[in-house]
Amino acid sequence: MSGTWVLRGALLPDGTAADLLLRDGTLAEIGAAGSLDAGGARVVDADGLVALPGLVDLHTHLREPGREDAETVESGTRAAAAGGYTAVHAMANTSPVADTAGVVEQVHRLGRQAGWCDVRPVGAVTVGLAGSRLAELGAMAASTARVRVFSDDGHCVSDPVLMRRALEYVRAFDGVVAQHAQDPRLTEGAQMHEGDVSGVLGLTGWPAVAEEAVIARDVLLAAHVRSRVHVCHVSTAGSVEIVRLAKQRGLPVTAEVTPHHLLLTDELVRSYDPVYKVNPPLRTAADVQALREAVADGTVDVVATDHAPHPTEAKDCEWAAAAMGMTGLETALAVVQETLVDTGLMGWSAVAERMSTAPARIGRLDDPALGLGSHGRGLVAGAPGHVTLYDPAAPTVVDPAAHQTSGRNSPFRGRTLPGRVVATFLRGQPTVLDGAMVDREPAPEPAAW
Amino acid sequence: MRHLLSTADLDHAAAVQLLDTAEAMAATQRREIKKLPTLRGRTVVNLFYEDSTRTRISFEAAAKRLSADVINFAAKGSSVSKGESLKDTAETLQAMGADAVVIRHPASGAPHRLAAMGWTTGAVLNAGDGTHEHPTQALLDAFTLRRHLRGGEGDLAGVRVAVVGDVLHSRVARSNVHLLHTLGAEVTLVAPPTLLPLGVGSWPCATSFDLDAVLPGVDAVMMLRVQGERMNAAYFPSEREYSRRYGLDARRLRLLPGHAVVMHPGPMNRGLEISADAADSPRAVVLDQVTNGVSVRMAALYLLLAGEGSEA
Ligand SMILES: [Zn+2]
Repeated sequence: MSGTWVLRGALLPDGTAADLLLRDGTLAEIGAAGSLDAGGARVVDADGLVALPGLVDLHTHLREPGREDAETVESGTRAAAAGGYTAVHAMANTSPVADTAGVVEQVHRLGRQAGWCDVRPVGAVTVGLAGSRLAELGAMAASTARVRVFSDDGHCVSDPVLMRRALEYVRAFDGVVAQHAQDPRLTEGAQMHEGDVSGVLGLTGWPAVAEEAVIARDVLLAAHVRSRVHVCHVSTAGSVEIVRLAKQRGLPVTAEVTPHHLLLTDELVRSYDPVYKVNPPLRTAADVQALREAVADGTVDVVATDHAPHPTEAKDCEWAAAAMGMTGLETALAVVQETLVDTGLMGWSAVAERMSTAPARIGRLDDPALGLGSHGRGLVAGAPGHVTLYDPAAPTVVDPAAHQTSGRNSPFRGRTLPGRVVATFLRGQPTVLDGAMVDREPAPEPAAW
Repeated sequence: MRHLLSTADLDHAAAVQLLDTAEAMAATQRREIKKLPTLRGRTVVNLFYEDSTRTRISFEAAAKRLSADVINFAAKGSSVSKGESLKDTAETLQAMGADAVVIRHPASGAPHRLAAMGWTTGAVLNAGDGTHEHPTQALLDAFTLRRHLRGGEGDLAGVRVAVVGDVLHSRVARSNVHLLHTLGAEVTLVAPPTLLPLGVGSWPCATSFDLDAVLPGVDAVMMLRVQGERMNAAYFPSEREYSRRYGLDARRLRLLPGHAVVMHPGPMNRGLEISADAADSPRAVVLDQVTNGVSVRMAALYLLLAGEGSEA
């Protein structure tokens, strides 16, 4: 399917109004508002809409293969498109685990067939996520999926020797180890953040130090072997402090935070409603404030969703029995607006950096030489035609039943968020238009693949 | 009162009303015919996901003395493992027409979920949830204290109570802290630091690591059961050290003022948190607690199902 589009009068992240011309899969031209001749192009009136480079999620759970009852690559990538994403990294804790070239190639292929956004599989660090021996990282890197991000997410690579070896090994292909930082002994039986609320509720606590101690160790290991480490979903003020110190020392660390950790606190657990059960757990208001400031000042590089869909029965039960995790792809941008933009902490250029440029750079999606397609190159003429149009003045009540994801476990259900995604363009073609999915034939594969 | 989930939900008037009603129920229990017709035709389900014969029998006796029909439902094993979920079970009970569900569950908050989710329209009575709360135990403790220290009337203003032992895992301690505070008592939690929750500083009570220092100033000491699995989890170095530092023995008994009473929710680990001397001393009111449990549970069922407080 081909087609030329003019996005008329959109606000670029820097605040200037512009016309964007999408042609032949690329962002062909950017001109002053009203200046571009539509010719035969279809025109989108983007007056008042913010144009962002297509969003890239560094942390998505698509569940397929194995847990298609929770999500499929099809439903998960539809959700991604609806949320303004043009690329997602699919976490490895599927069944079977994505710890071989075969599984990552399967996930990659399913993503291409679905066609809603580019799917970049994450490879497991250890076989079966069991934390005892390294998976074939090199084979996954060399596969058609060209894996560059490796993570046992859901589990911590807690063995320091194994973590060291993984960090060293991935240097051979410029990979990065994304750590789910959680000391397993300090969090045995943990059900929520350890603090005032857990004491009152009688739920076993997940102490902040269980995250902070692992991050501290890992940045020192990464420095020692001169490799890149990425910290998944930092959730505490202390974690932020460690990452900040590490960056001040020039250590090769990057970090992400989730939208839910930017907005919600452990006070919500007083309801015992399992929709608030997540790992790492919701923390305190002071942690939330520290995380917001860390995203704003760049200590935290990335906002990543940790989108974790579950079937209804996994949450429709008592707290202890419930699964951990929340959906997030379709609400992320609006939560970022509420917590970071509307609070005056940062502008839309920083949003573009944290939600497109930085995650693409960390996952090496910005490197044309790898032949992975290309994301995160910003709104510049000649870049691939990945564009998200967002209306920041369209308050919307979150209704999980209307979401594209199969998961209904949104912690924001019933909440009014300040804006909504209006359109998403992948390689110059809409996947979402006027807030609705554009059902169509799968997009042609990019030439580089 | 629609449900009885947590003593934190009880204000001063509601707490005193419960205790007064329990006194009235206790009075009926001295009559030749103990059974009241109050709840005739109503169905009370004892839904127990955890073994607790003592608590179940106490609730069963309370319901039967009010002429309710009682169904005992022992949901063996845990709902956490696969099998019928709490939701499915609750909906089954709902279909059977349960007017009240007395639930004991290993998961903290399970009774709250049951009450909040509309899985049952019956009143929900928390008979102990995980390490969270056990409100009728706290009520029977308060009732027992009020009888011994206040002649069975009013509240517990100014009464000083030490709660000693594994506070971290104790639903009895949590429920007692709220209720005793509401009734005007001053509570001191005494335990090694490993067995106090991190957030205990925000609770309406004092804390101490030194039992000997606390005992001379209290009107009652409430010993908590040390659960066997704590011994191997490094909460304290050894049974011997625990009992030396936090056990109630004959020497510590003598530190108590003459009028002070000794309580224990049972079952007791004799020789660990309480010595035989202390358990069997005239100050121990452990069996009174058991007796009073029936009256208190009668009062709770009455107020939830028949009293004027039973409107939504
Ligand atoms: Zn994780």
